[in-house]
Amino acid sequence: MNTRILEEAIERAALEAITRSVIYIPPDVKEALKRIYSEEESESSRSQIGAILRNIELAERMKRPVCQDTGILLYYVRVGYEFPSIKIIEKSLVNAAKVATKTIPLRPNTVNPLTGRNPGDNTGRYMPYINIEFIDGDILEFTVVPKGGGSEYVSVLYMPPPGEGVKAIKRAVVDAVLRAGPMPCPPTIVGVGIGGGADIALHIAKKAACLRRLGSPNPAPELDKLERELYVALNELGIGAMGVGGRFTVLAVHIDYAYRHPAILPIGIVFQCWAVRRATAVVEPNGSYKVFQ
Amino acid sequence: MTVFHLRTPLQVEDVRKLRVSDVIYLSGIIVTARDAAHRRMIEHLRNGRPIPVDLNGGVIYHCGPVVERVDNEWIVISGGPTTSARMELYEADIIRHFGVRLIIGKGGMGAKTAQACREFGAIYATFTGGAGVLAANAIRRVVKAEWLDLGIPEALWILEVENFGPLLVTIDTTGRNLTEEVIEMAKNRRDEILKKLEAI
Repeated sequence: MNTRILEEAIERAALEAITRSVIYIPPDVKEALKRIYSEEESESSRSQIGAILRNIELAERMKRPVCQDTGILLYYVRVGYEFPSIKIIEKSLVNAAKVATKTIPLRPNTVNPLTGRNPGDNTGRYMPYINIEFIDGDILEFTVVPKGGGSEYVSVLYMPPPGEGVKAIKRAVVDAVLRAGPMPCPPTIVGVGIGGGADIALHIAKKAACLRRLGSPNPAPELDKLERELYVALNELGIGAMGVGGRFTVLAVHIDYAYRHPAILPIGIVFQCWAVRRATAVVEPNGSYKVFQ
Repeated sequence: MTVFHLRTPLQVEDVRKLRVSDVIYLSGIIVTARDAAHRRMIEHLRNGRPIPVDLNGGVIYHCGPVVERVDNEWIVISGGPTTSARMELYEADIIRHFGVRLIIGKGGMGAKTAQACREFGAIYATFTGGAGVLAANAIRRVVKAEWLDLGIPEALWILEVENFGPLLVTIDTTGRNLTEEVIEMAKNRRDEILKKLEAI
């Protein structure tokens, strides 16, 4: 297999994944939004969810980015130990980001945090962000997540005394949603990462918020139960869509955990706005690929 | 909840009729302005210099659009609202001095803006966050762009819109501020919710 051909295949797959992700809201999310539209009783909140659903339809019909904030690009990569070439992956994914910025177009969002300099193509130091894990087999799989700024703005990390245990987790999640109010464009998906360390808690919280499908149960039964309890509790706050008051402030709570040091109990909380952008590509060693949501 | 179809320029009597939770579909001219444009408007005001748009009876939209230039014409591709809270610093003065009647954004605004709305006859309405295509679809044309030196998202985009909405009134001229009321209520429920969760 010619490396050059494989490189082009990865770039095309990534470009297609970015394009799909910014235009089409994934089916699980659309379904959840339709469900809450039919169940919401507050007229104010219903007007907002109705506008969201019309916007999603229009974006599909006109093939335009569903939200003008096309975010910063995050790639979550899983590459097989037997995949023919590892070193071409990063370059192809960065190129796809540059091309997508021009062709779709995306809003050029990445700026130097100190000088404000904007290279204009959504790249820069650590950008697009590429997270690589190795897996068995010979395929390359990646999910692209264009992550908006409004929902990221309200992320938090708590470091309670570990002795407070699950009570601290519950309080942290309720307080984070309360403090976020209308800012992350509710209804949101709340990702919660427990344990590990500061970075690990936030990393797994973000993956839980952005990658996990709505409606998928948590494989750990005690966390599945906690997710359901928190879902009910958060919606009792009554913040509603866009903070105008209503029954649905969150679409789901997704929790993940990592083993921790006994002296710490990190709790990372990351929000995903209703405009969930994600698409996955699978590239075979022969260069054939498919993209799905 | 009453639905109103309004056309710019807005009269003070028009907006004084509106109440929290009413819905507006707006036609006419709106002007986008974000942080940098607000800052410059205030500077011009202090220095006694005119601004390049007439905001009397006008509408400010907190938005940094994605635009494309096709055959010498600007087209708004996507134009949902940005978080209004950042403009809290300036908005009361803008309402007071330029005669703005309607502010559109997302997430609501604070007490200073609500006070100016009551005193001078203006309202704040939420347009659904993230609904960029829905907004762009209501824009008939870009009339003009001013202060382009601030960059595309921060410039003043003067837009002709038709049936732009739904715009949900969350600050009216009676002093009500729906978003603040909702958050206040949520805060009051916090302890009871935590008790049920056995977290306190």
